[in-house]
Amino acid sequence: MAKEIICAGFGGQGVLTAGMLLINAGMEQDKNVLFYPSYGSEMRGGTANCTVKISDKLIASPVSKHPDILFTMNTPAIDKFEDRLKPGGLLLVNSSIVPEDRKYREDIKVVKIPATDIAAEVKNPKGANLVMLGALAAHSDLFTIEYMETAIVSFFEKKGKGKFNEKNVACYRRGVEGR
Amino acid sequence: MRLVAPETVTFTQSGFCPGCGHGLAVRLIAEVMEEMGLSEKLLAVVDVACGSLNIDSWRFDTVMAAHGRPVATAVGIKKVRPENPVLAYIGDGAAYSIGMAETMHTALRNDNVVTVVINNSLYGMTGGQCAPTSLPGQITTSTPRGKDPEKMGMPFRVEQAFTGFDIAYLARGTMADAKGMIQCKKYIKKAFEKHMKGEGFCLVELLSPCPTNLNMTPVKSMEHLKNEMEKYFPLGEFKDKKEEE
Amino acid sequence: MGKVLFKGNEALAEAALAAGCRFYSGYPITPQTEILEYLSWRMEDVGGVFIQAESELAGVNMVLGASAAGARALTTSAGPGFSLKQEGISYLVAADLPAVIVDVMRIGTGLGDIAQGQGDYWQLTRGGGHGDYHTLVLAPASVQENADLMVEAFDLAEKYRHPVLIASDAAIGQMIEAVEIPEFREHDIDKYDWSIKGCKKGCEQRKIQNVYYTHPDYENYLREKYDDMERDEQRYENIQVEDAELVLVAYGISSRVCRETVELAREEGLKLGLIRPITLWPFPVKAFEEAKNAKAFLTVEMNILGQMTDDVRLATGGKYPVDHFGSIFEIPESDGIIAKAKEMLKKEGV
Repeated sequence: MAKEIICAGFGGQGVLTAGMLLINAGMEQDKNVLFYPSYGSEMRGGTANCTVKISDKLIASPVSKHPDILFTMNTPAIDKFEDRLKPGGLLLVNSSIVPEDRKYREDIKVVKIPATDIAAEVKNPKGANLVMLGALAAHSDLFTIEYMETAIVSFFEKKGKGKFNEKNVACYRRGVEGR
Repeated sequence: MRLVAPETVTFTQSGFCPGCGHGLAVRLIAEVMEEMGLSEKLLAVVDVACGSLNIDSWRFDTVMAAHGRPVATAVGIKKVRPENPVLAYIGDGAAYSIGMAETMHTALRNDNVVTVVINNSLYGMTGGQCAPTSLPGQITTSTPRGKDPEKMGMPFRVEQAFTGFDIAYLARGTMADAKGMIQCKKYIKKAFEKHMKGEGFCLVELLSPCPTNLNMTPVKSMEHLKNEMEKYFPLGEFKDKKEEE
Repeated sequence: MGKVLFKGNEALAEAALAAGCRFYSGYPITPQTEILEYLSWRMEDVGGVFIQAESELAGVNMVLGASAAGARALTTSAGPGFSLKQEGISYLVAADLPAVIVDVMRIGTGLGDIAQGQGDYWQLTRGGGHGDYHTLVLAPASVQENADLMVEAFDLAEKYRHPVLIASDAAIGQMIEAVEIPEFREHDIDKYDWSIKGCKKGCEQRKIQNVYYTHPDYENYLREKYDDMERDEQRYENIQVEDAELVLVAYGISSRVCRETVELAREEGLKLGLIRPITLWPFPVKAFEEAKNAKAFLTVEMNILGQMTDDVRLATGGKYPVDHFGSIFEIPESDGIIAKAKEMLKKEGV
């Protein structure tokens, strides 16, 4: 198994944390993992993105030319990366922010989820990335739904932020449900 | 009167020119170390210029560091061996020209090292070029028509630049005569006393003769020190942190 | 200790502490700044010394002092800052002092840019500063190797009383991988008699200065030192080299891509292999003995001039065509490398 994922969105939407959650989940399953932040003299508050690779084999380049999954939390992220997605790849869209009438490539699977709205409903506004991860787990074979949840919980516990896990899990599960 | 040199002064053939001030400074430092019981503890750093010859003139563990960097190197040593006294022994070119950033930032941080600066108003090792400390009108091999202060500035006076820093000690003595030498030794000793108490950066500048590069006899060079250099470089203590408080 | 996620630069820093390094002085410059930032708090935690120096010059010369005093000492830089380190590296070599200096390579000449690069190969392997010397140069290709080779670097530096350089790059420095940090070790600053500690009455004074001044037979001493390093310290990894018709030669981040390239090429019947130098100096000449079926060699490195091709020509006795697949700003990609390999093999009639 080898999966390449690009996570992108506004700074502050938690796309880098999403990437870290993914590689942490991979590491705990003894897979090879790599996280590569977008790197350059980009301004703070602009677009943030990272590349994540999870594989049973050694990982070559940190760059992903054709990712399997695009995890996008705003419109500029789709503008920037949609063309690079592999045919048949999965595009996760934050429909709270991205306009409903946006057209997408025909040869990819698009999953829309109102992540920002759901996170607000759960009163965990910083948890939109976890809603997205729920959708990712539900629509890909990267990790099982149960395992991803365990890995999220363990990630925040390791960071000493276990007390937020109840709300975090609530976000994640709503993402799995898709609404 | 004391006639026996400290055991830490070696009596191998020295590389210093006749009438050079470095030998005097070596002896003063060695005497202070002996009196303070620090002879077996001192860790010294010398510059690669004329002062580098000290490495063979004294019997202290010594590092010969790059030109202008001995103060930085001394900081590295002191941090690793905080119990030992650490001395950076450098010339005016190293202290105030190529190593100015190192000297100044060590003062800014008030790092606990003793710096002895030998000021002979020129670059000795390379054959007597103009230094930041050269006097107005001084003939050197790079100012054959005399140093023009309009182009090169007035002689650099460390007390004008460094007294604003929160350092432990700053003094200037002259090695022009016996009286001056006794004073120089007092300054060096006071610096090491403060250093051992952990008070911070101590800089002692010693006005020093250089007959070879001034094209003078040793006696004339001493007279030049007294009559010319001392006019531009006032003697005394300029910073004495504990006394001020 | 299990695996933990570490950024490449931070793994270098943590591994230095594991190796017993308790002295760091450096100056900020992208893309190595995370090392400095990490050690600014972490060094204090382990009771060591951290100094943000006023310049790279001061930083490396503080390291020289710390090393002379017996500590395991580290400084790190990149690009223009690494050029400023050269003064101190030359002095460390001259005085037989161990130290580890990291170059997290960025691209370009002059200011260049902060993107990953491999353009410091000549500077790293040819001495870099003034004078007549080499330093040992280790080139990690992963975050784990950043950690492992840091420990190795300190051991080698002490073994030879010689500075050791680590040639990392911006990509390895910035990326995060799972890594096992080597076991923590303590280093005793009094371990060696040569370090300055105070000269006891009747003992021989320690002089840390250019060995030319003091060594009775410095010419042979130095020649033997470099001969020993060249003979004993070549490190490399060979991947499917034995039957390869074209052998790629790449280190660091480029070598990761080349590993994949070999696999992809073989899927379409193209016999490629890879020699991955882990020491850039000494260059792993021994690795080339295995390349018995090679018709040509292709270096893959992130620079324009193909800096490593000289060493490959020397290692192969000038008997084979040697070319260079270069890239700047972008990490090389397998399809381009395969196209170039095909072109070269066609020329050789394969």
